[in-house]
Amino acid sequence: MAHVWRMIGQRLLLGLLTLFVISVVIFGATELLPGDLARELLGQSATPETLAALREQLGLNDPAPLRYWNWLTAALQGDFGISMGNKRPIADLIAARLGNTLFLAAYAAAMAVPLSLMLGVLAALWRNSIFDRAVNAMALTSISFPEFFVAYILIVWLAQSGVFPSMVRISSRTTTPDMLYMAFLPALTLTLVVTAHMMRMTRAAIINLLASPYIEMARLKGLSPLRIVLRHAVPNALAPIINVVALNLAYLITGVVVVEVVFVYPGLGQLMVDAVSNRDIAVVQAVALIFASAYVLLNLLADVLSTLSNPRLMHRR
Amino acid sequence: MTTIKSPAGLSRRGVLQGASALGAAALILPAGTRRAAAQPKPGGVFRAGIGHGSTTDGYDPGLWDNLYAQTFAAARHNQLIEVDADSQLAPELAESWETADGVTWVFKIRQGVTFHSGKDMTVDDVIASLNHHRGEDSTSAVKPFFDPVVDIKADGQNVVVTLNAANADFAYLMSDYHLPIMPSADGKIDPTSTDGVGGYVVESFEPGVQATLTKNPNYWKSDRANFDGVELLSIIDPAARLNALMTGAVDLIDQVDVATIDMLEARGGNRIVSISGNAHYVFPMDSRAAPFSDNNVRLALKYALDRQEMVDKILGGHGSVANDNPIGPANRYFFADLEPKGYDPDKAKFYLKEAGLDTLEVTLTAADAAFTGAVDAAVLFSEKAAAAGITITVDRAPNDGYWDNVWMQKPFCASYWGGRPVEDQMFTTAYARGAAWNDSFWDHERFNELLVAARSEVDEDKRREMYQEMQRIVSYEGSVVIPMYNNYVMAVSDRIATPEKISANWNLDGFRCSERWWIA
Amino acid sequence: MQATSILLGIVIAVTAALVSGWLFRALLVAVTSGELRRSFRGAPVTASFGMLVILLYFVVAVLAPILAPFPERQVVGAQYLPWEAPYYLGTDNLGRDMLTRLIYGARNTVGIAFATTGLAFVVGSVLGLWAATVGGWIDQVLSRLVDALMAIPALIFSLLLLTIFGTSITTLILVIATIDATRVFRLARSVAQGIVVMDFIEAAKLRGEGVWRLISREILPNALAPLVAEFGLRFCFVFLAISALSFLGLGIQPPTADWGSMVRENATLINFGDVTPLLPAGAIALLTVAVNFVVDWQLHRASGLKE
Repeated sequence: MAHVWRMIGQRLLLGLLTLFVISVVIFGATELLPGDLARELLGQSATPETLAALREQLGLNDPAPLRYWNWLTAALQGDFGISMGNKRPIADLIAARLGNTLFLAAYAAAMAVPLSLMLGVLAALWRNSIFDRAVNAMALTSISFPEFFVAYILIVWLAQSGVFPSMVRISSRTTTPDMLYMAFLPALTLTLVVTAHMMRMTRAAIINLLASPYIEMARLKGLSPLRIVLRHAVPNALAPIINVVALNLAYLITGVVVVEVVFVYPGLGQLMVDAVSNRDIAVVQAVALIFASAYVLLNLLADVLSTLSNPRLMHRR
Repeated sequence: MTTIKSPAGLSRRGVLQGASALGAAALILPAGTRRAAAQPKPGGVFRAGIGHGSTTDGYDPGLWDNLYAQTFAAARHNQLIEVDADSQLAPELAESWETADGVTWVFKIRQGVTFHSGKDMTVDDVIASLNHHRGEDSTSAVKPFFDPVVDIKADGQNVVVTLNAANADFAYLMSDYHLPIMPSADGKIDPTSTDGVGGYVVESFEPGVQATLTKNPNYWKSDRANFDGVELLSIIDPAARLNALMTGAVDLIDQVDVATIDMLEARGGNRIVSISGNAHYVFPMDSRAAPFSDNNVRLALKYALDRQEMVDKILGGHGSVANDNPIGPANRYFFADLEPKGYDPDKAKFYLKEAGLDTLEVTLTAADAAFTGAVDAAVLFSEKAAAAGITITVDRAPNDGYWDNVWMQKPFCASYWGGRPVEDQMFTTAYARGAAWNDSFWDHERFNELLVAARSEVDEDKRREMYQEMQRIVSYEGSVVIPMYNNYVMAVSDRIATPEKISANWNLDGFRCSERWWIA
Repeated sequence: MQATSILLGIVIAVTAALVSGWLFRALLVAVTSGELRRSFRGAPVTASFGMLVILLYFVVAVLAPILAPFPERQVVGAQYLPWEAPYYLGTDNLGRDMLTRLIYGARNTVGIAFATTGLAFVVGSVLGLWAATVGGWIDQVLSRLVDALMAIPALIFSLLLLTIFGTSITTLILVIATIDATRVFRLARSVAQGIVVMDFIEAAKLRGEGVWRLISREILPNALAPLVAEFGLRFCFVFLAISALSFLGLGIQPPTADWGSMVRENATLINFGDVTPLLPAGAIALLTVAVNFVVDWQLHRASGLKE
């Protein structure tokens, strides 16, 4: 067990390094973008005079490394600053949206993960059957439609008839059951988007093992196919499955800006795209770091779980 | 300077208002917008889905730049002067205004108006609200318009504004959406406050998401702001907006996707409101750079596009053909009889030959940030111009950074203007020599002379003549292709009643839908 | 009523697909010989259907100028004309022939997707295999860098890069390939890590084989199966990436026809039950399914399962 803890420690340190690299990359990329916050705020109506005044006010005239340093030292003390665009504390701006993003990700995961694991196991069990082919074809079709298009189709079917709302409106009075009802279509869209990947990987990981001698042995012993798959194949296929699940969970948190736009869902993705196009660097940085942390932590969790699931990795000599 | 009197002996203000009435008569409203006149009645909640809004939207009036911020502001604030549905100036917080010479303007401020916070509105609040847009440190987008302002001071119940030169149209500036009256302390307004005197009080606001407002019980206008509450949602995606309307989640959407207008109308339950105003789309050419420095080349391009096709395909018919004229049909001095330019490849070839060219190759940079359908419009332009031996390569630029990277940077690109209620403002903004937003870098001796002269010209007919000559110059010698005037296209649920006439001055009834509309 | 007709349509489509697959397999078996013929004979109907579709797309892509009834960018009439001759699939939002746009779309979209995925795989897998084989600080540096890049959401990152570097087709390919390559790198490295510790690699090292020979002769063949599986999915993710980018206002330069942008341009029509946007979306879906059917067949063969 000790080396698992050591691994976690090491990985967390590496994670911090990753976050640092990302903050530099994002800052640099945002700097390379044409224009700046002053320009974006004033839009088409900017004149050199007002631009200069606004830049001065926003502190955009400092050299880039100095601005990065100022941001970094403040951020290390837990102060993410205020959004230069609307003068609100970034922590407040993000807090509500982070909650929304995590809610949607959890909601979609709660539907997608069990569904895809079940379908994956069944497809492996009945491999090459009509069931296998049909599930595969459907899953592939659903991921080969662009996300926004899947969303539009679901809206036509389920929202225009009035069964579910086509947009999400969250206020202070919104209760959890309300949220579950309103966020159903976005969650369903995301489910359709991520299921195929996890399902196919589950199926592939199990089938990959079915040719191994120990499975052959089990088969010769006359065990039922279901028992072979569930008791003998799945435990050894867990590592790749956990990894792909983690990857998709990370996607559900970080990659859903298009679904947010279509369902008017106030999540972090929309915030980040807005902040990028407005060059509100402090907000971009904060959201990028949240996304990166989610990614790093989920990957770490996946590695820990796959280590725990594999006795050989647990008791390495 | 002598006191300016119009021939009939009316004061300047009388002249201006008479002139506005003329402009209004020329206003064209499609049949769909005329509804049976009904009395406004109080009650209900009005929900609007607006295709703008961003997480960086704030409360600083100098930085409002999108329809969401503008509509939200109109719900909670009032200005000194309002532009009414007939495009005339109407008193709002200024009871009346007058000028003797066009240099000194006196605005009489309404008494007994209170802010949402309960504070009485004073002359000082008005002065502070205007001064927010003046001075060294001001970051306001309308700062350039205050450049001619020498002084703003109080005189009892009046605010007196002194200019450095006569400007007959100065009062129009007070109707600009950037100039709400906000409460002041120590001569400054608080640009992070929502406090105003408008019809609705802000309950909550999440930038880029939604705002909820409730009726202001102390609103000084008794017949306006009839809803109990207003909800403004920012819905950027056109399909999402459409769905929100179709499922009854909102009562109003703007910028209806042209592809779906007919189907939406046929579906029932909603109506399309299409308002023609002065807004127009432009393709400015850098008149300093070859080949656009030659007016023949510019004319060749002006004859090489099919304007009607663009109106049909890009605007879905909700607009009208423009003749490279930035003054629109809702303007007072609109030159309706200017000789039109049809799609004429032969004429285009002729002008190319005049320029000493057989063929022409140019790159047109566009992005939908310039206007919805800009890239498609550029593609259509390119297709039609081919017949005249003009090769237009369409370069789609990212929406992001378009105003920095492309506009006024690339020699030939797409852009738009919301139109201005006053001819002078439009010309001064984008066509005067050296103007900050003169996006074609155009400099025309005669035009610039006329522009200055017309500003203080009293004689109505002479003024009209001058503005019409300017329109002809821009159209035939200017460096912009203006293919069309775009209507403001909204879809409104039948739940909501709209007045007989909807303002052509800006979108959503001059941003004032929440104030002027009511539950049917 | 409508539901039954949709159901009927699906049944007919599936049957047609199976029959055409079966016929195509028969044809393949008839015209080939030897090893190839044996493997074709063992191919499932789905796989041969997949191969048929890929072949058809390939032919359409190559022969686009001959097959298309109109030039790619020509405006032929009013917008959204009905499905009648000579515009068999109607016209699009600018009045261009839809069928023509779809046919040229095959050429542009498939070409771009293939170039992008190919590039991503060459770069990603070479680096991934190399990192796993040599290990040490090279592995550490590459892996950390890839980790950092992967932790930035792909769509937003490509938005940033495309805004910085412009939106020509070359940049588009390079940007999407770079982002995809990180995913391939990760997969290739983890697969290769399992292989490098095996005895036959040790033996090869002892024989004194160089790194590149080791990678290409010993490791790559054993890592091929998962890489091929990944290729099938990555290939279709490129279409989706382009489509998502065009949703956010970037994507392929007009007037080039491409399916991802075509879905976007006509998407609002689906709100009123108009099937136009389904055509390019369906074209993407069909190709994705086809490619993955073939990939499945190859994986099955590689896994050594005999059933």
